Amino acid sequence: MSDGREHENETDRERLLARALGPAEPEVSCEECFELLDRYVELEVERADADAALPGMRAHLEGCPACAEDHESLLALAGGER
Amino acid sequence: MAPSLVLSRPETKTWPERLRADGPERDAAIGDLHELLLKAARFELNRRRARVPHLRGDDYDDLAHQCADDALVAVLGKLDDFRGESRFTTWVYKFALFEAAVKVRRRAWQGREIPLEDEAWARLEARESRAPAGQGEARDEVAALPAAIEEVLSPRQREVLVAVALNEVPIDVLAERLETTRGALYKSLHDARRKLRAALAEDGYDVATLGEEVKR
Repeated sequence: MSDGREHENETDRERLLARALGPAEPEVSCEECFELLDRYVELEVERADADAALPGMRAHLEGCPACAEDHESLLALAGGER
Repeated sequence: MAPSLVLSRPETKTWPERLRADGPERDAAIGDLHELLLKAARFELNRRRARVPHLRGDDYDDLAHQCADDALVAVLGKLDDFRGESRFTTWVYKFALFEAAVKVRRRAWQGREIPLEDEAWARLEARESRAPAGQGEARDEVAALPAAIEEVLSPRQREVLVAVALNEVPIDVLAERLETTRGALYKSLHDARRKLRAALAEDGYDVATLGEEVKR
């Protein structure tokens, strides 16, 4: 196997493990994430410690691809207006 | 000395105050709010346009308006929940982005079968089988997971984990097909992940670090 293919398999394995096992830390639910998302994004835009202020958000965004997309878009839109 | 121009202006009303006013003032506020929501919906549709290449210009604009209309209903219904902890614009944008993201994901999966078998695992295993033996411990951890999925998860947990986490089916697409909510499905996924971590820990794997190397 070439080095490139080996690396590709290793990355695939790690991605699968990450997706299957999700975050190890406590996380908020999808509903709580939506509720807190605007505050979280504004703290990020202000370069404040959003994770300390709203614990459980980061873990949820790592575990939930749909909420992660909502977060990316809000950060891009609201952050772009500052 | 003449009073300052700024001080002589009437106090600017907040968005919630304008939206709670009567008559033409409220109508104007709703019109302005719809514009904001439409802007956010178009922003999201542009970001995700590659997922719905079949959408034509008119369809695309209709979809943006549908998203803004649905978000407007949601915002007006939740107005009392806005506590001023963020800018009003940031708060309302999230409703329009959410509507647009969900509609794009659903359209992208319209007519497609939801893969409920662990195809991702099968693909990886097929590649692994062509690899030389002795690839290290990571291979064992991966090999342990399919058995744990079979043995410790309920049928519903397995279905959700395989579709969402392994085959990357969007959770709201699966929720629509299974006639449930995104929140309820994520709870199943969360419970399934906890069971898998516990099963692997029981087998001696260091679950505190598993899956941490690559985060989505």
